[in-house]
Amino acid sequence: MTGLQDCKSREKLVVVGAGMAATRFVEELTKRAPGRYDILVIGEEPRLAYNRVLLSSVLAGELSVDDIELKPAQWWRVAGVEVLSGRKVIKINAAARRLLLDNGESVDYSKVVLATGSRAARLPIEGADLPGVHTFRDVQDVEALSRLEGKGARALVIGGGLLGLEAAYGLARRGVDVTLAHVMDRLMERQLDAAGADILRRLVEEKGVRVLLNANTARICGSGRVENVEFADGRTVPADAVIFAIGIRPNADLARQAALDVGRGVIVDDGLKTSAPGVFAIGECAEHRGVCYGLVEPAYEQGRVLAMRLAGQDASYGGSVVSTNLKVSGVRVFSAGDYLGDADARRIVCKDPRMGIYRKLVVRDDRLVGAILIGDTNGAADLLDLIRTGANISSMRDELMFGPPMQEAA
Amino acid sequence: MLDEVLAPAPLENSHNSIAPVQATTTRSTCPYCGVGCGVLASANGADVIGDPAHPANFGRLCSKGSALGETLGLEGRLLHPMRRQSDGAFARVSWDAALDQAADGFRRIVDEHGPDAVAVYLSGQLLTEDYYVANKLMKGFIGSANVDTNSRLCMASTVAGHKRAFGADVVPGCYEDLDEADLIVLVGSNAAWCHPVLFQRIMRNKEERGAKLVVIDTRRTPTAESADLFLQIAPGADQALFCGLFVHLTKVGAFDDDFVRRHTAGLEGALKVARTLAPSIEATAASTGLREVDIASFFAWFAQTPRTVTCFSQGVNQSAQGTDKVNAIINCHLATGRVGKSGASPFSLTGQPNAMGGREVGGLANSLAAHMGFEPANIDRVGRFWNAPRMATRDGLKAVQMFDAIARGDIKALWVVGTNPAASLPNANAARAALSKLELFIVSDNVTSNDTINSGAHLLLPAQAWGEKSGTVTNSERRISRQRAFLPPPGETRADWAIFADVARRMGFAGFDYGAAADVFREHAALSAFENNGTRGFDIGGLARLSDAEYDALAPTQWPVPDDKNKGRARLFADGGFFCRGGRAKFIALATPTLATELTRDFPLRLNTGRIRDQWHTMTRSGMSPRLARHLPEPFVEINPSDAKDLGVEDGGFARVATPYGSCVLRAVVTDRQPAGHIFAPIHWTDETAADARIGALVAPCVDPFSGQPESKATPAIVTPMRFARQGFLLSRSPITLPQGVWWARVAVANGYGYRVAGDLADDEWTEIIHAAAASEDVIHLIDETKSLFSGAAFLEDRATLIWALSPLAQSWDFALELFARDRLDQSERLSLLSGRSGRQLADDGPLVCSCFSVGQKQIEAAIHQGCRSALDVGKATRAGSNCGSCQPEIQRLIKISLAAESAMDSARENPTSMKEGASDETVGF
Repeated sequence: MTGLQDCKSREKLVVVGAGMAATRFVEELTKRAPGRYDILVIGEEPRLAYNRVLLSSVLAGELSVDDIELKPAQWWRVAGVEVLSGRKVIKINAAARRLLLDNGESVDYSKVVLATGSRAARLPIEGADLPGVHTFRDVQDVEALSRLEGKGARALVIGGGLLGLEAAYGLARRGVDVTLAHVMDRLMERQLDAAGADILRRLVEEKGVRVLLNANTARICGSGRVENVEFADGRTVPADAVIFAIGIRPNADLARQAALDVGRGVIVDDGLKTSAPGVFAIGECAEHRGVCYGLVEPAYEQGRVLAMRLAGQDASYGGSVVSTNLKVSGVRVFSAGDYLGDADARRIVCKDPRMGIYRKLVVRDDRLVGAILIGDTNGAADLLDLIRTGANISSMRDELMFGPPMQEAA
Repeated sequence: MLDEVLAPAPLENSHNSIAPVQATTTRSTCPYCGVGCGVLASANGADVIGDPAHPANFGRLCSKGSALGETLGLEGRLLHPMRRQSDGAFARVSWDAALDQAADGFRRIVDEHGPDAVAVYLSGQLLTEDYYVANKLMKGFIGSANVDTNSRLCMASTVAGHKRAFGADVVPGCYEDLDEADLIVLVGSNAAWCHPVLFQRIMRNKEERGAKLVVIDTRRTPTAESADLFLQIAPGADQALFCGLFVHLTKVGAFDDDFVRRHTAGLEGALKVARTLAPSIEATAASTGLREVDIASFFAWFAQTPRTVTCFSQGVNQSAQGTDKVNAIINCHLATGRVGKSGASPFSLTGQPNAMGGREVGGLANSLAAHMGFEPANIDRVGRFWNAPRMATRDGLKAVQMFDAIARGDIKALWVVGTNPAASLPNANAARAALSKLELFIVSDNVTSNDTINSGAHLLLPAQAWGEKSGTVTNSERRISRQRAFLPPPGETRADWAIFADVARRMGFAGFDYGAAADVFREHAALSAFENNGTRGFDIGGLARLSDAEYDALAPTQWPVPDDKNKGRARLFADGGFFCRGGRAKFIALATPTLATELTRDFPLRLNTGRIRDQWHTMTRSGMSPRLARHLPEPFVEINPSDAKDLGVEDGGFARVATPYGSCVLRAVVTDRQPAGHIFAPIHWTDETAADARIGALVAPCVDPFSGQPESKATPAIVTPMRFARQGFLLSRSPITLPQGVWWARVAVANGYGYRVAGDLADDEWTEIIHAAAASEDVIHLIDETKSLFSGAAFLEDRATLIWALSPLAQSWDFALELFARDRLDQSERLSLLSGRSGRQLADDGPLVCSCFSVGQKQIEAAIHQGCRSALDVGKATRAGSNCGSCQPEIQRLIKISLAAESAMDSARENPTSMKEGASDETVGF
């Protein structure tokens, strides 16, 4: 093979995890410093990296698993990156700069990047381990859920956040009778205010999803497999399947075991360095300035910054202003920044419930600090830019809300 | 002769789905100002256009007349007699019961307190026939001359001035004089707005013949803008100016000595006084506030121009010296012999459509009937003609005095017909309070509610309105025209003359058995000729024997018409023949010009009142037209910039205008059209149409000693700024009741009601009002805390039922009005109601593909169609997929599908047969 000789002389870089963050990082690094590192990617899932964001489209039957593969095998080959799929790293020996794999082999490294992502959370309640209880995190979950299709199956999705809504929508598209149970008084409460959530709820219900709010799941019942779900207020919903979509936990097990500094996730600095020399972390497993991001965009940004640094360039990661996009066909939701606003903030709200439109801008000192767009998400990217840059918007408030004035035909 | 019924007119019916009841067009006259324009009305009234054959207008109409078709709805109409119940509400009663109550009440009060304890207050909107029967009932049968009319507020000073100078209330000239004059002087007349059709005639003369136009006014009105010379005179100084002119004319030898010698009297006395008041141009300048050079120009033009017409209107009449002002003008015309000659005359522009008819009947407290006063011979003559049992023998009480007598309790029964004195009289709050003291208070009107009705009326009698009633009116040039019916009378409405006649009969009086308006007219005409023999100017004996058909077909005719060979006269007095003793006109010695009231520290400004272009009186009719409402939708006060600065009043803000009599809150218009120290407010708004804009309540009740006309244009006043936290508008399909403290003005809008509002309500109070008015769950809104803006709309189906906008700044509503007028709004129009402008089409760009940049499938397909062949290309063109990239697979899939479709189309193009079958509804776009 080409450059086998080089391999030995090149610095060994191992990426633990083969998800979206890992892929972007490798892509950026090989682009910036081709051939500088001898790169090995070790992924737990038995397949090449795929676009996790699109799993809901796969569940909805709009895309196939193949469609969402991020890079074909050919690409990895051409990039000169070795990929170990279906293999798990079980231990880091930071002092020895060595990784232990689940097959007993070990891999030495010069630098290691943790991109282990996160795990779907489950409620610690009775029946949470019954057959028929699922999470919604990976291809395996989607394949399991896809089998519910077409039998008049009844599914209960627990969690009214982004993930739960996408799971519920995907199942509904497959003809499953779906109920969405959310413990809070409104959907997507971490991205939406009450008025926006109300409109979203109606839009989701129009898509065929039954929504239960203030629904605190007490236990999952069934003999041998899931039969129904009981809520704290006494409500009971029959279900053939239960899907936990209550959130994710950063997967920091390896780092914790290796005695790295770990909070909710692996603690990194602005250079994405962990507390151990030669160990870096990016993506959902990382905790930067106290924040664990659960979205792809910060992961990509971290991947890019780390790639630049490892390519010898000057870069640093200062945190991300995140925005949320709900990707449910025909239901557009965008949320970014301080979407509620405090007493000093001023809100601009435009609302058309019948048309499913809600647009809210939160302004403080003539600067945009947050936004919610439902139904009509035009200009979302511009709003995000303005939130990030903190530009003065006093002269363009109307345009931000209603778009640029129409160009009148002469 | 005029053909009565025109051939079926080819009326465009496309904008009105109601088919005409009859395919005929009816000739009538406009119900607004005293120009008396002829109109042609389609059978349902939807189309009202100018009558090309009418000599007052030759087919032209002003904005108000043109909009008549929009004002014929029955909204708010009084359709049945109503009696006020003990709970204060009105309940329907039969005509029998209503007429009995009126007749019994009048009779009882006359029996107990004498005839002067009852009074009738009439209107220049009534037909001559209505006037005649009311006047006859009161002055010949009840025995009181307490018959007065709102013409008292409008034309009384001209009547008095005419009588003093000519011996009779005769307008000497005609409208053709405006075409033929070489100099036209408008005094106290905003003809451009108030008599627009005549003004157009003047302007055409100016353009075609080069006539000069002088405008004398305290305000720089739209009329003044068109003048060759504008004299912005101090209020109350008109006599000084015309005395100065009078003196100047004699100095420069401009007198028509022959005319003066043969046809006039009193020159020396009048000239002597004039010489003391305004001996020179310098002195005239001092007392009028005008520049000497301007005065000199005016005097020179007047002296040099034999064909001079001086038109005067409310700026002259509505004054405590109005009669003197009229005579100051007439003096100059008598001196130059310019009376009743072609293109040369003094010319009173009458305010109302039939003030002249009322004057001819004698429906004023200080005349008896048909140009006869209360001289014993006249009382005897009229008594014999009417076969009247109880003739009034002296002047009755003029409007302001009449309401004073009501306040004192001397008058105990009042019948108000077709007018709204609780709004229009000076010191109107006092007038309104007086009305509550009446034992019997009858109102004949078209509406169920107005400030007068709501001042405690006991009995409401439903009268026919314009388009339903039939009779005659007389315009400013003495032209009698038929007002004809073209609509069926709605409900139980009746002609006013018939209501009076019925009450008279029920009171037991004989001589009121009229079968039709023609019967009344013939009697009126006969009385004018009765023992006349040329002694009275008003003689239409030639019309006394018209058949019903001839009456119906009567062409517009200028009186006098003394016999049936006579077709009427355009002009009078050119060769003398005045109706004073000896046939000589009189020069009048005038009092020293002064205003009735003095400014004080508390009230340092002069309040002038008047009309605006597109509204009429209290807007009962003109206020129903959405088109007219667009011009000036809110009650306002005009104030000079320097006064505004001193007082802290902002243009477009609000101002409280107060006088010793009352106060209003009005929109402030800061403008140098208004001279410093003087403010102007229009008269049209009442409690029906605005929260706090009854201008009549602010006007001093000081009257002219001769005419009894109040000085409506010079009340001492003060202006203070008002501020509201929010202002804006509500457009609703049904009326909205706004709480106390909210400033509002109601405006007609297409298929609904517009409210301009301002107030300090809390957000939830506004929300409550809006939700009550919305009557729908389908509500959209915009709340902008950065601007304190709250706007929105409610819908039923796709039709807006409510649109509102509130903010600290004035809100333009033109865009909202346009959308409110539509029956259906699409999605982008719904949202544009919030943005206040037409915005982009709301995204119909297909299912969302790129979340980061909100790019939809259709946008991506468009980019592919334009040549993008990779996800990267699409990203460059649309930004889609260029951030997180998670949508790139979808973009690639779309590229595959689109390219496949395009190649299918390409082969279809090559093979037209397969294209037919293969082409789907998908727009691939050629």
